[in-house]
Amino acid sequence: MSEISIETRGLNLFYGDFQALIGIDLQIPARQVTALIGPSGCGKSTLLRVFNRMNDLIEGVRVSGQVIIDGQDIFAPGIDLLSLREKVGMVFQRPNPFPLTVYENIVFGLSVHRLARRSEYGDIVEQALRSVLLWDDLKDRLQQSALKLSLEQQQRLCIARVLPLKPQILLMDEPCSALDPFATMHIEELMQELKKEYTIVIVTHNMQQAGRASDRTGFLYLGKLIEFDETVKIFTKPAQTMTENYISGRFG
Amino acid sequence: MKPIRVHKLKEWFIEKSILLSGIFSVFFVMLIFLFLLREGFSLFRGESVLDFLFGKSWYPISDPPRFGILPLILGSLLVTLGAAAISVPIGIAAALYIAEIAPRRLKEILKAGIELLAAIPSVVIGFIGMITLGPWIKNLFNIPTGLTALTGSVTLAFMAMPTIVSIAEDAITAVPRQYREAATAMGATKWQTTWRIVARAARPGMLAAVMLGIGRVIGETMAVMMVTGNAAIIPRSFLQPVRTLTATIAAEMGESVQGGPHYAALFAIGIVLFVITFLINGVADLYLHRSRR
Repeated sequence: MSEISIETRGLNLFYGDFQALIGIDLQIPARQVTALIGPSGCGKSTLLRVFNRMNDLIEGVRVSGQVIIDGQDIFAPGIDLLSLREKVGMVFQRPNPFPLTVYENIVFGLSVHRLARRSEYGDIVEQALRSVLLWDDLKDRLQQSALKLSLEQQQRLCIARVLPLKPQILLMDEPCSALDPFATMHIEELMQELKKEYTIVIVTHNMQQAGRASDRTGFLYLGKLIEFDETVKIFTKPAQTMTENYISGRFG
Repeated sequence: MKPIRVHKLKEWFIEKSILLSGIFSVFFVMLIFLFLLREGFSLFRGESVLDFLFGKSWYPISDPPRFGILPLILGSLLVTLGAAAISVPIGIAAALYIAEIAPRRLKEILKAGIELLAAIPSVVIGFIGMITLGPWIKNLFNIPTGLTALTGSVTLAFMAMPTIVSIAEDAITAVPRQYREAATAMGATKWQTTWRIVARAARPGMLAAVMLGIGRVIGETMAVMMVTGNAAIIPRSFLQPVRTLTATIAAEMGESVQGGPHYAALFAIGIVLFVITFLINGVADLYLHRSRR
């Protein structure tokens, strides 16, 4: 396997007394799309939110084990959460652009992390919108409220606004579940573009989506990583019967 | 099963009675306004509107009487601006603290405290202002009387605060969690998230809070009458006694002759107050609609 972007070693996560992730060991390769699948409540979203430590916002969460990103254990004491989240961007299930203008949405990250001069903002906005193929649609509507856009445009904008931070990793938490089939297809195509530069980890309910869009797939069940392999293998000859049962729709 | 006709009749009845309540509330406001106009307008048979609005002296019982309300307008304006300058920043900051930062226990205690502050009758606040704040301001600035515009502003700030805090807090709490999540996931600090995203999203609601707070201040009568000294002169500083529009009506209505010019002048002041409140609400409305678009 090529370069590793995220590695977990013996990762456990508890919500109070409930153990949501059990002994997860996995290596996510750089510049590929990795899909996490499994039935509701299996821990796939929780696992995704470990990688940018968004679970910290929930009360009573405890984590043990290691998660190594960029050579560093992100749960080591003294880790800077703000720069971790600069490195690891996230796209949410429901498009959630800020209630600001299109332009302000994209420069928000820049100004928060003081990454560029104001004079460079224009170019950066254009570049970010071009990467998500929104520039032609929105170049005359930069000062419009982002809430006026269609759902697909909003979700693209949500991807675009993390790009100026030059993240290494993009986490996507069911990014298409609020979109129609056409918009879903477009976002999947976009992921193929983006993976040239970014490591993408996507949580999805939709097994066809995992099959179409990802290079590797991890199957989680009841907090355990049952199987993790190339997507082609998982979908054609999985090693575990449980994986096969899930893929073929026998449960889940 | 009841016949369909009964359901329909019930629906019709409910619909119409709601419609009627709606019409009634508008109707009563119109009636009040018409009444004010009818009583107030007789003043302008002997007095020009400009002399009334911009006249510098208010001597309603001298001979001939003079009905210039500029000192009263300025008095109201000064006290209101002062109260807003104090209560808006503190109120908004308090709302942000309660909604975003305070731990749950403290939040409940603070909210209860704010509600309690709103429940204090205005006479009581006026009384406290008169016997504690007044002398304190008098000594602090070494001036002949502690009953000044500043005293009024501080007192009224206390009355505007609960309105501003509780409505602004509601607006902030109503900001969807996804915005906070998105900002946090981009590596924004708590303060950046609160100030640049949450406060921006809640801005229409916070503006409404401020407008309602100011509306309460302009309309307030009792407390302001007790602490501002009630001198109908054009104020030159915050440390002078002033008299407001509301206090004038309340203080003089009892001694004016019904139907006389003084009586009409007080109603005309009522019209002015009505128009001012109307304008404030209009501005707030305009802004609310624009930001929604």
